[in-house]
Amino acid sequence: MVAGTERAQAAYPYYMQFTAADDQRFWFYNSMHFPEPMSAFDMVTAEAAYCALGSSTTRVHCIPTTLGIDYRIINGRVYIGGNAVTDPREIARRTGEFQQRAFYYYGNWERLYAQWREKMLALIRDAQALPKLELPEFEPLSNVHSGRGIATNHALLDTYQRTLEGYFRMWHHHFEFLLLGYGAYMTFFAFCKKAFPEISDQTIARMVAGIEAEIFRPDQEVRRLARRAVELGVDDEFREGRTPQAIMAALETRGAAGRGWLDELATSRDPWFNINVGDGFYHYHRSWNDDLSMPFAGLPGYIAAVRAGESLERPIEKLQAERRQLIQDYRELLGSEQERQAYDQMIGLAHRVFPYVEGHKFYCEHWYTNLFFNKIREFGALLAAHGFFAREDDVFQLTHYELKAAIIDLMTAWSNGSPPRGPEHWPQIVAERRAAIAEWAKHSTPPALGPVPDVIDDPAIVMLWGITRESLDRWLRASSDVASRELRGFAASSGVVEGPACVVKSVEEIGRVRKGDILVCQITNPTWAPIFQKIAGAVSDIGGSMSHAAIVAREFGLPAVVGTGTATSRIKDGQLIRVDGGRGVVTLLS
Amino acid sequence: MSVGAHIAWFDEIGLGDRAQVGGKGGSLGELKRAGIAVPPGYVVKTRAFERLLESLEREAPVRAAVAAVSPGDLAGVTACSRALRRRVEEAELPGEVLEELSIAQERLVRGGRELPVAVRSSATTEDAAEASFAGLQDTYLWIKDPAEIIRRVRSCWASLYSVESISYRRKLGFPEERVAMAVVVQSMVDARTAGVMFTRSPTTGDRSVVTIEGAWGLGSAVVGGEVTPDRWVLGKITGEIAVREISDKLIEHVPAARRGVEAVAVAEERRRVPCLSDADLQELRTLARRIERHYGCAQDIEWAVDRGSGAILLLQSRPETVWSARDAAPIAKHEEDPLTHLMSIFGPRRCP
Repeated sequence: MVAGTERAQAAYPYYMQFTAADDQRFWFYNSMHFPEPMSAFDMVTAEAAYCALGSSTTRVHCIPTTLGIDYRIINGRVYIGGNAVTDPREIARRTGEFQQRAFYYYGNWERLYAQWREKMLALIRDAQALPKLELPEFEPLSNVHSGRGIATNHALLDTYQRTLEGYFRMWHHHFEFLLLGYGAYMTFFAFCKKAFPEISDQTIARMVAGIEAEIFRPDQEVRRLARRAVELGVDDEFREGRTPQAIMAALETRGAAGRGWLDELATSRDPWFNINVGDGFYHYHRSWNDDLSMPFAGLPGYIAAVRAGESLERPIEKLQAERRQLIQDYRELLGSEQERQAYDQMIGLAHRVFPYVEGHKFYCEHWYTNLFFNKIREFGALLAAHGFFAREDDVFQLTHYELKAAIIDLMTAWSNGSPPRGPEHWPQIVAERRAAIAEWAKHSTPPALGPVPDVIDDPAIVMLWGITRESLDRWLRASSDVASRELRGFAASSGVVEGPACVVKSVEEIGRVRKGDILVCQITNPTWAPIFQKIAGAVSDIGGSMSHAAIVAREFGLPAVVGTGTATSRIKDGQLIRVDGGRGVVTLLS
Repeated sequence: MSVGAHIAWFDEIGLGDRAQVGGKGGSLGELKRAGIAVPPGYVVKTRAFERLLESLEREAPVRAAVAAVSPGDLAGVTACSRALRRRVEEAELPGEVLEELSIAQERLVRGGRELPVAVRSSATTEDAAEASFAGLQDTYLWIKDPAEIIRRVRSCWASLYSVESISYRRKLGFPEERVAMAVVVQSMVDARTAGVMFTRSPTTGDRSVVTIEGAWGLGSAVVGGEVTPDRWVLGKITGEIAVREISDKLIEHVPAARRGVEAVAVAEERRRVPCLSDADLQELRTLARRIERHYGCAQDIEWAVDRGSGAILLLQSRPETVWSARDAAPIAKHEEDPLTHLMSIFGPRRCP
């Protein structure tokens, strides 16, 4: 534990603290989902996610060889460990259950997935329908005359509990199909690796990854808006470096054409600009709706392309034809008819499940998560208005348990007419915790703790994190290899390019990216797609949802290396680097 | 052009003619007829060798002499070899064989000038997928003088009776009656770059990659292992270049002054320059795919890039033998219930 942060550490719930008994187990740092120190509130993401993941694995689908994921937090970093099932009798028993449950899902996939989407949309509507938070001086007369009998302050508690409950429920929906979807993909993946030992991960992903999934829509909407701007004759307003607010204000003065474009924007924003710039796990990864900088940053370039006569439409038919050809070509290379038939069966299953694997993220980790964090932000604003915090974002320095206490404190103050106790209690704690997070961010994080196993066999861990003995060795080596001029990561999109690095750590900086720069960021996900037209290559710390970023990067012919772990800390802004997207290597040239 | 009894041109033959033209000749004919850029040439058919052997057998046994030798008896093999080689090299060739050879050579070099050729043995036992006799019979490069060509044809025939070849055949118990030799005479490429490629990974057996190795000059340097070549591994379908290893290419093989080939040092500034461009690599990959498709099995290919035109030419292609022999049971098969495949991920670990 980092000295001086003990109290901040103690704030996290007891069930996620390390104890001496944990030293006997292997834990690895989940940098993929949680690359930065976690604030106290944001830990609810890990809690709710692992709770749902484990339920699905352990109790619902009963995956034979594994139970759920255990997790701990230290120095703001989340460590996870698997729970393997090794007793053959137990595995056999669970296999019997698995086949009644998971096989049922596979057999009825399309129907259950359609049902899932309805459930998710309903959950989203419920979250959108949660009431605005208010504490009037007197109870509205209409409530009294209607004999409502429940004072308005109760709504704070009720709304908070429903917000939290909805979030936990969303994660159950998230995991309802997830491991099954990945399992089908992994089955095909493992077969390809056996048949073609030198095949790249990318090539396999290209054979399976879909072409028409929700996750591509946000960028397509930006392209659509670029086309409309040209058609309406207002494209001259979209100049590099101009803020979204300035552009929108200017469009208000452009009569029917300007208003027409703003209407189009409104259509795109709901729901497609609900995509957020991260992966949904941190309160400060805002959506495009919260901050229009990202989509607007893509507009000048797309507009220039439209003016030059390009249509900007994704060539869906061509992509589908290419995919079919790829599948057919590899099929021909297989050594026997038996293998070809097995290949057909496995890829068929992978294709059936992939729409969920790709599509769910938009509903869960983007749209719903934005609603969740924004609602908590509303609580933060209310509490800040009552002196609990200096700013609304301070609310995220409390655990979700503590936030409930703060809300009850405020409800009580409203009821008693006395000032709330919060303003004396929270500011110092918030300051301490912010300081702790800043301190934790300075320290490097060991990739693993405890005895490292020879083999990492847990299908959940392998599938979700791509953790294998090889990747672990790579991390362990990398963390001791700081003098090297090379960074290694996953090969996401082939090609070799050299150029100046533009290190971008937050969305606010997106305007700094110049044509020909190599973007270096924490995460490359489809959110960044509108920027891909400007840059010569991309490097990220985190792998993230690889198949999407890889597909989009490939469509742009953009070399990309993801999951380097350390790119944003080791590469300096403006530094000349070489990106070899086919090998997954970034070289520091200057 | 009518086919003589003793000579056949590439575009007249295929693998089915192996008994008359040998494996190498049949393979080159096959490729030429499939429209692949093969340097032009002709084959001295086995019939010519058999005519020679007929006349030799009339004097003293040849085939029986070989069959009588024991593979472990090095002294016996050496004596047999020496005797038979001298007889083959010195015997008179039948008149019509000489005449057809002369006409063929004339046609190959039409346009006058001294066209260099390679004279290569094409045994009927060679290049069969089951037994790669590669390297055991002779090859002569950069021959221009017609008299020298004839001498080298004899040398190829005589190489059937080298110590190594006799030992190898005796060890395998190969019946001498089936042993015959054809000789390929092919115009040589003045190669800027040359090398080999495999349509299956030599290290992992992966069928979806093409491994290309090349160096400056003639391919004999790479084939003979005298230079460390540049090495690339490409995705056969995707064209992605997964591996680029550019080596320090110290020597190259070039035509010697009068005939043959010699090794010379490569100038410092070229040693670490890649000997193939990315465009070359993609063309080679396409070629490899085409050839493999044509034969229906993995190939071991020799290629060259013409110094003058930059064109890529195919010198030889034969079945890959190492991994084809190792191919084991299918890694997966059709399942009655397709969901069964999932148990490979979700089920208990299988013992290897």
